[in-house]
Amino acid sequence: MRVGRLKAMAVKEMLQVWRDPRSLMIALLMPIMQMVLLGYGVNLDAKHVPVCTFDREGSQLSEALLKRFQASAYFAIVDVVDTYRAVTADLDRGDCRIAIVVPPDFSERLSDSGSSSVQAIIDGTDDNTANLALGYAQAVVSGFSSDVQIRFSASQGQWMPRPPPLSIDARVWFNEDLESRNFIIPGVVAMVMALVGSQLTSLTISRDWERGTMELLVSTPVTPMEVMLGKLLPYFVIGFLDAALCLAFAVFWFEVPFRGTILTLFVTTALFLVVVLCIGYLISVMIRSQLGASQIALLVTMLPTALLSGYTFPIDQMPAPIRAITYLVHARYYVTILKSVFLKGLGVFDLAGPVLAMVIYAAVVAVFASRAFRKRLD
Amino acid sequence: MFTRIIQVLLKELIELRRDKWAHFRLLIPPIIQILVFGYAATFEVFGVSTVMLDLDHTQESRDLISRFTYSGRFEVVRIAHDLREIDNAIDRSDATVAIVVHPGFANLLRKGQTAPVQVIVDGTNSNTALIALGYVNQIAATFSQDYASDLLQRTRAGPTARVVQVTLEQRPWYNPDLNSRWFFVPGVIATLLLVITVNLSSFAIVREREVGTLEQIMVTPIRPIEFILGKTVPFFLIGVGEVVLVTAVGTLWFGVPFVGNPLVLLLGTSLFLLSTLALGLLISTLCSTQQQAFATNFFVLNPFFILSGFAFPIASMPVALQWFTYANPLRYYLVIIRATFLKGVGLAVLWPDLLALSALGVGILAVSVLRFRKSLD
Repeated sequence: MRVGRLKAMAVKEMLQVWRDPRSLMIALLMPIMQMVLLGYGVNLDAKHVPVCTFDREGSQLSEALLKRFQASAYFAIVDVVDTYRAVTADLDRGDCRIAIVVPPDFSERLSDSGSSSVQAIIDGTDDNTANLALGYAQAVVSGFSSDVQIRFSASQGQWMPRPPPLSIDARVWFNEDLESRNFIIPGVVAMVMALVGSQLTSLTISRDWERGTMELLVSTPVTPMEVMLGKLLPYFVIGFLDAALCLAFAVFWFEVPFRGTILTLFVTTALFLVVVLCIGYLISVMIRSQLGASQIALLVTMLPTALLSGYTFPIDQMPAPIRAITYLVHARYYVTILKSVFLKGLGVFDLAGPVLAMVIYAAVVAVFASRAFRKRLD
Repeated sequence: MFTRIIQVLLKELIELRRDKWAHFRLLIPPIIQILVFGYAATFEVFGVSTVMLDLDHTQESRDLISRFTYSGRFEVVRIAHDLREIDNAIDRSDATVAIVVHPGFANLLRKGQTAPVQVIVDGTNSNTALIALGYVNQIAATFSQDYASDLLQRTRAGPTARVVQVTLEQRPWYNPDLNSRWFFVPGVIATLLLVITVNLSSFAIVREREVGTLEQIMVTPIRPIEFILGKTVPFFLIGVGEVVLVTAVGTLWFGVPFVGNPLVLLLGTSLFLLSTLALGLLISTLCSTQQQAFATNFFVLNPFFILSGFAFPIASMPVALQWFTYANPLRYYLVIIRATFLKGVGLAVLWPDLLALSALGVGILAVSVLRFRKSLD
């Protein structure tokens, strides 16, 4: 390997990117667009869930309960109805997600038997929002219930109201405000890097084939190793800039807490870049048209990264065969690392498992990529 | 006019039949996608890895812990012996939830005071954490109720010591088990349809332009509108075919119910295809090579996909992005397809979405036909 030839190759590739508006657009515009789009668009929190209420009793007690729903930031009462039909219509049209129905004998049953219930009819179509909303509704009703108990005890002349037997003292670690943005955005960085990295290099060799410059390349004394390194180096630099841009976006714009060290972040990002750039290069060598190569690159990165990396869908909830497949998804390791570095502040040594997996991954793809290119025209 | 459309249509079908890759491209990716989505895309929370620490060792504490174990929502991966072990387990992600019962738990309960239970949750995945906390609260609430009424029975206290409580009765409609699959399978059909038909129509026209056959066609007596119709009708049929294929996999393999009227879905699908095919045509007028069309498709489809309510609720997006979703055909089609699959509602409920889809479709089509005419000059 000669440094001079390597340098010439790298400079040529850099110029080519610089003068080709389309690859420049992929390199610079795509990361920003993806960060903004995914950063704002991808959100799993449920706030202001639309509620309709159907108070069949109309007593002071039932009104007090419904007022609590009104006061909660998680719910927004959009409709007050007086027939079951209207409840059904609201849910059918999707105007409300949850309907709170107070039965006509609500207060009566409470004073007779000491226990009464309200109905929460929920639109289960979006199961996640439904689950979250049910949790919030449960909390509202529990709060109301203990209030009622205290007032009841007081009215019975017990000056020391009976406290509830059990209380949950919950502490949330790492993502204290339970904001979905805080765990999704580090994943978005991985997603963007996987997409952009392999898109960029998928065009490298296929471009030479398509434009006929492959014959020129083959006739020079450059070795396959020099071709690979020379072609990948400029993209490594671009990829690194992209990564820095995305990470800065995550920390300063979206204000995701960053608790780890920059060094850990840079080392692991460099490793991941090697993986994605080599995959793109490998595809580029195998598929000789630019269109085909970029399509294949999109196909093999988009779906696995979006679904199987743990970036939004938790891996431990998947069935065992799918979980086994996720070990083959490169982004799985990087997503784990990014989330841990951002939220938990873990270092390279705490993350030995995923880091080692990425080293092995990078080594394997690099070996394949370096073997794939042969100086032949057939 | 009619025969000329048929001619283009036949030409397109023959091209498609001779393209061996097309068969593969149209059949295999949709099936793979529906399978991966069906199995992997889930926000449900079962068997959360949990570490337990019981420092009280009483009947009460064991009762509480067994309630967690048998709920099916928590899976005890380790019984810890001290608090340090708990910290480690959460730090290293061995467990998502830790439950600590401190000494004196049963004593407090017996004295009629409130006994605290400490719960530590790894909030990294806020969604899982929130849902898991919901289950913790539910278990705690039932434990409280049971303990209180138990105590009442044992002590046979008078009415003054009565426990008064209000409970929440949960009735999920349309998806009674809150199964993520039921939510995602119809959504996947919609997104697949968007991607496949926009790609097909934009590529088909750009290819003719790139290869130079577009000029040849334009010197024949065919009119632009006839050409467009002949080009897109096969893709319309393919689109409907894809819906049938993926619906079959979703209902037969994954057991997702289809309670609505298939004709309503067909109407919605047709209107949606009008938008997507017109969009493909519009993109084709902006690009001169297939490579450009590929990049443009990505830049256009990605926002449509994310800002549609496919996986992430529109109501939680910033207001500016919510406005954008109104111009997104996928948004309306998702409402229609989910409603016909799960809710079984008809035109009486879905007319606003169908109307919006038609308006969008006609609008995009008008712009793209105008642009297409111009691009020929």
